[in-house]
Amino acid sequence: MTTIVAHAAPTRWWHSRAVNRFMRHHLALLGIAMITLLVLACAIGPYALPYDSLHIDLRARFAPPLAGNHYLGTDPLGRDLAVRLLMAGRVSLAVGFSAMLLSTLIGTLVGVTAGYRGGWIGAALMRTVDGFLSYPSIFLVLALAATLRPNPVMITVIIAVTSWMETARIVEAEVRSLREREFVQAARMVGLSRAHIMFREILPNAMGPIIVAASLAVARAILLEAYISFLGYGIQPPLPSWGNMLNGAQQYLASAPWLAIIPGAAITIAVTSFNFIGDGLRDALDVRNDNF
Amino acid sequence: MTSAPQPVASEDVVLAVRDLTVSLPAGMERAHAVENVSFELRRGQILCIIGESGSGKSVTANAIMGLLPRSIRVSSGAIRLEGMDLVGRSPERLRDLRGRVVSMIFQDPLSALNPLMTVGAQIEEVMAAHGVGTPKSRRGRAMELLIEVGLPDPPLMYHQYPFRLSGGQRQRVMIAMALALEPTILIADEPTTALDVTTQAQILHLIRDIQRRKGMSVMFITHDFGVVAEIADSVVVMEKGHCVEQGSAEQVLKSPSHLYTRRLIAAVPHLTGKDRVPAEAAAPSPVLKVEGLVKTYRSGSALFGRQRIVPAVNGASFDLSPGRTLGVVGESGSGKSSLGRVLIKLLDSDSGSILFEGRDIARLSEAEFRPLRPKIQMIFQDPFASLNPRSTVGQILTVGPIAHGVPHKLACEQARELLAHVGLDAGTFDRYPHEFSGGQRQRIGIARALMFKPKLLIADEAVSALDVSIQAQILKLLDQVQRETGVSMVFITHDLRVASQICDEIAVMHRGQIVEHGPPSQIFLNPKSAYTRELVAAIPGAQQSSARSAGSQSTLAGHSHK
Repeated sequence: MTTIVAHAAPTRWWHSRAVNRFMRHHLALLGIAMITLLVLACAIGPYALPYDSLHIDLRARFAPPLAGNHYLGTDPLGRDLAVRLLMAGRVSLAVGFSAMLLSTLIGTLVGVTAGYRGGWIGAALMRTVDGFLSYPSIFLVLALAATLRPNPVMITVIIAVTSWMETARIVEAEVRSLREREFVQAARMVGLSRAHIMFREILPNAMGPIIVAASLAVARAILLEAYISFLGYGIQPPLPSWGNMLNGAQQYLASAPWLAIIPGAAITIAVTSFNFIGDGLRDALDVRNDNF
Repeated sequence: MTSAPQPVASEDVVLAVRDLTVSLPAGMERAHAVENVSFELRRGQILCIIGESGSGKSVTANAIMGLLPRSIRVSSGAIRLEGMDLVGRSPERLRDLRGRVVSMIFQDPLSALNPLMTVGAQIEEVMAAHGVGTPKSRRGRAMELLIEVGLPDPPLMYHQYPFRLSGGQRQRVMIAMALALEPTILIADEPTTALDVTTQAQILHLIRDIQRRKGMSVMFITHDFGVVAEIADSVVVMEKGHCVEQGSAEQVLKSPSHLYTRRLIAAVPHLTGKDRVPAEAAAPSPVLKVEGLVKTYRSGSALFGRQRIVPAVNGASFDLSPGRTLGVVGESGSGKSSLGRVLIKLLDSDSGSILFEGRDIARLSEAEFRPLRPKIQMIFQDPFASLNPRSTVGQILTVGPIAHGVPHKLACEQARELLAHVGLDAGTFDRYPHEFSGGQRQRIGIARALMFKPKLLIADEAVSALDVSIQAQILKLLDQVQRETGVSMVFITHDLRVASQICDEIAVMHRGQIVEHGPPSQIFLNPKSAYTRELVAAIPGAQQSSARSAGSQSTLAGHSHK
């Protein structure tokens, strides 16, 4: 009588329901499709096109899109815009992703430590977060970019250092509520170390909000990179990025508008797609959105 | 007092449920929430619907109120309210009936009250929503109702916000709201489950009293046969969406005909008043000796503004022999859970000593205490919150021993053995906690606590989140574990009936102090302190159990007739 056979659960409820909810979010699916397309294009495209991104052809300056062999036209130096756009995409997306990874890492470390330790350690960490947040991050980025040698790695670090605070706050709040749950008390009871409890017991339970924050952080990072490159403190030509392509297009806005419209559209598509994915993930991971 | 038949005038039926079937959306564990349920509620009677979790008792109540979630609908059957069928009525029509003819009180009075509205405004809102009276007459009526439900100082209470009230007071406010329009039928969905036993007794008394005075009909949903014995005229027993037995309270309680009812009644822990035969003979030295233990909570900052100081444990002293169980009973806020957490050093004590095997652990730092942790383990209250949802059962069991240096393979072996020992099959090891029911999870929690072969187990409300039949199984398992391993136990509970089942000795806590300490026979049959007497008298269904355990009759009856 005492042996109880566990009733077979049909599926992993958490996974299947969350995935279901995500699938119902059409904009998020569109976002996933667009990002996949963009990443694939940037990875493969430059090899498929017949031009090099640095190849200057002064006879073909300012060619409009769809004229001749240059599908998206050429820039003031006669370089093929399609290849430059995809090469710039590599840089911009890579900077966006790496900045997100780095800022999520910093934010998570600070958030978990502050949330679990609390007390004066937590207070000190969170006041640091408040300090960073109270300084307009654009000026911080520009100040740092103006004094440091701007290369993609440096830009990534600068963006990450100025955008980890949001993740830290989300994680801190989440961990503070998880800390009071009985399974954490149970982990202390069996004598696990503090680090083990923080990163092996609590952190996996806080992954939902972290993933959501991360997807939105990519969008922010891409935008920030475009912003500082546009202002000339970011990625330096001839290495293309979506931001510095916009910068170069400024003076020809009236005569060759496609020089601005095309990289602008790429930034818009990438940023909105990541925001859609973020929204979709947020809804998918929020159990209250189940229609039952 | 319990099941005196009502006068003949009340024979007519106010509410008749006929072959009610409520279907669940596809993909749920069963197709119907309730299936072919029929019962009648007579005028001026209290009908108790009793069942364990998932039996469909709340769905039935919500179907009557027209408050089912959108994805669940009544697929067939009829609900006749004074001859009028409610199934298929427009939401507007049902809304008009709600509150005016049928009203409801809920389990959790805190979440059922609007935190941003004063008590008076909430009661008046019910009347205003149905266009009854003028603002002035509504105010007068609200005041009357506050007096009627026995709230102290009604003019003051009128202006209070819910957070200032105790649980019992909030439930009284809910009752006042439900009574505002003099409904014919009152549906009470587990209204006393979240309350302390003494408060529960008061609320049950109030409902009974008002029902008598107004000649109202009450449909009372509960999982507790003690409450049924206390209040019901007739009883409907539900199991997995089916109505398995119904009849008068006396008939169902005294001579249940259905097997499930019999099992349920047998599983209800009743006061035995008899002392337990201890698992081991008394040993000379106690495993745990607590002296003058004090734990105080401080909230607010010492730097900014006033600091609030709440004493949780205030000079507790007791000892515990090897292989014995000490029950710590008390109401919420009595400090019993804090005591448990201080003993296992999840909380630090302020003063006093905890001698564990002769060594004072109260003053040890976390690092110094870590090697001793395996010897003192805890079983937690909430089987859903106490297991990490992202770890497999195997990981949950082995993570502790591995951290203390037990080789991975050996730990896994021990875990599998223990799982079998607590009555779970071998497949459990690789599954996740959410795949198990509450009772099964509590078995996992017990297995985790036993992984280290501890000397002392602290069970903090270990069975209070479980259905009675599961409760009985877990208590049996704990008893068996103790007899096999000789572990000592501190069993913390708010339920005196449960404590009487498993404890060798009982300590009654009240406001952080142990007010009485003794064997169950003393606590239940011959309590020394006034508080213990009050607590024992408040146990629902006391007469029923005293009738069963001869010898205890006179004393218990003496208290419960007050």
